[in-house]
Amino acid sequence: MFDLFKFFSKDNNSKDIAKERLKLVLVHDRSNCSPELLEQIKNEIIQVLAKYVDVDESGLDIKISKAKEFDGKPALMANIPIKDMKRK
Amino acid sequence: MGEVIVITSGKGGVGKTTTTANVGAGLVKLGNKVCVIDADIGLRNLDVVLGLENRIVYDIVDVVTKNCRIKQALIKDKRFDGLYLLPAAQTKDKDAVTPDQMVELVNELKQLHDYVIIDCPAGIEQGFKNAIAGADRALVVTTPEISAVRDADRIIGLLEAAELNDPLLIVNRVRIDMVKRGEMMNIEDMKDILAIDLIGVVPDDENVVIGTNRGEPMVANGEAMSGKAFMNIAQRIMGEEVEYLDLDLNDSFFGKLKKVFNFGK
Repeated sequence: MFDLFKFFSKDNNSKDIAKERLKLVLVHDRSNCSPELLEQIKNEIIQVLAKYVDVDESGLDIKISKAKEFDGKPALMANIPIKDMKRK
Repeated sequence: MGEVIVITSGKGGVGKTTTTANVGAGLVKLGNKVCVIDADIGLRNLDVVLGLENRIVYDIVDVVTKNCRIKQALIKDKRFDGLYLLPAAQTKDKDAVTPDQMVELVNELKQLHDYVIIDCPAGIEQGFKNAIAGADRALVVTTPEISAVRDADRIIGLLEAAELNDPLLIVNRVRIDMVKRGEMMNIEDMKDILAIDLIGVVPDDENVVIGTNRGEPMVANGEAMSGKAFMNIAQRIMGEEVEYLDLDLNDSFFGKLKKVFNFGK
C-alpha cells in the first residue's frame, strides 16, 4: 500500500543521517580499540585461516561496527574473501 | 554543607559558561546562597557573562596560592543577593592549580554556600581534571550537533571513570522549527544515544546574545524562554519535579499523526 505518511515525512532528512553517523562514530570511540590493535587481530586471524584456506589478504576487511543481529551492540565484523579452499 | 556541581561538555562553545551563570543566578532566585567558580584559567569568561568583569581584584590562583583570603577574592553580585563569583586567572596556565588544591578550595566554599557551581573549561586535559576534582555531581551540556554529542559522550565516559556517576544532560540551543522539519536531532535521539538522564532543554534564544551583551543572566528576564528553561534546571537541581517547557520538540506533526494511527517505525 502506498504509505502516505512516509511520503510526507521524507525518510532521509538530515537528523537521521546525523544520528546514524553519530552512532557509528560512538561505537568506535567507546570501544577504545586502536588501529594497531585491529591490525594485530587481523594478522592473527589471517595466520589461523591460512592453515585451512587460501585467503585473499588484499580484500580482507575487519572493523568494529554495530550489528543488527546483536541488537545494535558493537561487533567485530570481518569480510574475508577466499581465493581457494585447501583440500587435504 | 553545600553541594558542588561541575558544568562540563568537552566541546567548547556549547554554552557551559551561560549555563553556569544562569543556573547559579537561578538557584539564588530560589533562595540559595551560591558560589560560581570560573575554572577556565587563562580564558576566563564567566565574569563578563555575569557583568562582573570590572570588579575583579583577586582570582582563583591568588586563593590557592594563599596570596589572599578566600573571601577577598569572592565578588558579590549586587543584583542577585547571595550570588558570589570566584573568577579565573587570565594570565596563568591551566596547571597553576592542582586537583588537590581544587578539592581543598571547594571543600572550604561548600561550608559557606548552599551550592558551588564550577564552570569547567573545554577539553579533556588538566583544566578538566581540576574542575571535576572536588565535584559531587556533574551536568553535561551539549547542543544537537554531531560534534557536541560525540564530545559529550567522551566526557560522560571520563566522568564515570573519575567516579562522578550519573551525570545529567542539558541540551542547549534547540531550534524547534528545525526539529519539526527533521533537520535537527530531537531530545529523545540524544537521550538514546548518550544513555543518561535529562535535566534540562534550553531553546535557541536571541535573548542569550542580548543578555550576554549586557552582562545580565537570562533568568532575570521573566519573558525569555531560555531564562525559563534555566530556572527549571535550577528547580530540578533542588530536587523539584518540574514539567518540561512545551517546546513541541520530539515530533513533527506527521510524527504525531503516525503515533495516533499507530503507523510507522
